[in-house]
Amino acid sequence: MKIFGFLVALLTGGLLIYGIKDMPKWGDPNSPASLHVTPRYIEKTIEETATPDMVTSVLADYRGYDTLGETTVILTAGIACLLLLRRDNS
Amino acid sequence: MIIQYENVIIKTICRLLIPFLQLYAIYVLMHGHYSPGGGFQGGVMMGASFILLVIAYGLEEARRRISIKTLTIYACLGLFIYSGTGACALLMGANYLDYGALPLPVAHVPKIRALGILSIEIGVFLGVMAIMICIFLAIASFDTEEKS
Amino acid sequence: MSEYLIGKYNYWIYVVLMMIGFYAMMGKRNLVKKLIGMNIFQTAIILYYISIGVKKGGTLPVAMEGTLRAADYINPLPHVLMLTAIVVSVSTTGVALAVLLLIWRRYKSLEEDEILKSIR
Repeated sequence: MKIFGFLVALLTGGLLIYGIKDMPKWGDPNSPASLHVTPRYIEKTIEETATPDMVTSVLADYRGYDTLGETTVILTAGIACLLLLRRDNS
Repeated sequence: MIIQYENVIIKTICRLLIPFLQLYAIYVLMHGHYSPGGGFQGGVMMGASFILLVIAYGLEEARRRISIKTLTIYACLGLFIYSGTGACALLMGANYLDYGALPLPVAHVPKIRALGILSIEIGVFLGVMAIMICIFLAIASFDTEEKS
Repeated sequence: MSEYLIGKYNYWIYVVLMMIGFYAMMGKRNLVKKLIGMNIFQTAIILYYISIGVKKGGTLPVAMEGTLRAADYINPLPHVLMLTAIVVSVSTTGVALAVLLLIWRRYKSLEEDEILKSIR
């Protein structure tokens, strides 16, 4: 099982390294991740939300729905953990 | 299953350190507008202060100060504050989670948005803090005599 | 060839870290070690996404005085998405530890082959 796992890990690593060819360079300002909607978030953060910290304004104002879902995820995980570890007094 | 050793140094240092840790957690929450931080980071630090109390003093100290029933109420209160802010915006006629329409007595609309962000960060803080302590207490009081 | 190796060196590091975590999930026999491998895998993915948003000559995403230009600050969007990923990873680890405690109470062991032998 260990040899099989090692070979599968090597094969997957090789495939991922082959896919590095298409990724943007380190520190490239024209990468597709920074082009479409992020300049609007950076330039309009003070005049629309009065919050200098861009991470908080994107997390809580521009992408508020995702944070609502994430808070629900952590609440559900806590409830699941409590339900699993209860002990009945029998 | 936490074994207690008699150790004066750790108990004294933790007794001095835990209030400052909690104060710093509230500072990180409130200062999330101007520096890196916010609700998640502050909530995790506040939970870590309780875990430090359990490690230094034993499980009985933490059980005496807070119980799991109170913690579940805090967690649900946190999520309630979050969706309540969104529902307030809905009652005023705007979209859900649109903080510009909240009924606050401030003239400048971006400032109302900043206050809306602060209110949901407080909700996230309460939720994350309560769940961190809940998971730790549930795992740590496994196979002990009392019902958690 | 050199721009493949040196211009994109961060992806090499994260692929190696990811494969270490992947091998730990498959090759180890203790259940706790598999869980730690899953954690290493998730950490590698989080670091990989954050390294995409770096810009040359950019500073922290906290706005300073004057007009804001997009080329001066690094991309804040991967940081936001990875906050969610960190929270999900913590939740999964918490629930997995609770399940491991129940397995230990029922089968009195945490090795994979002993548990499989006592099931069959």
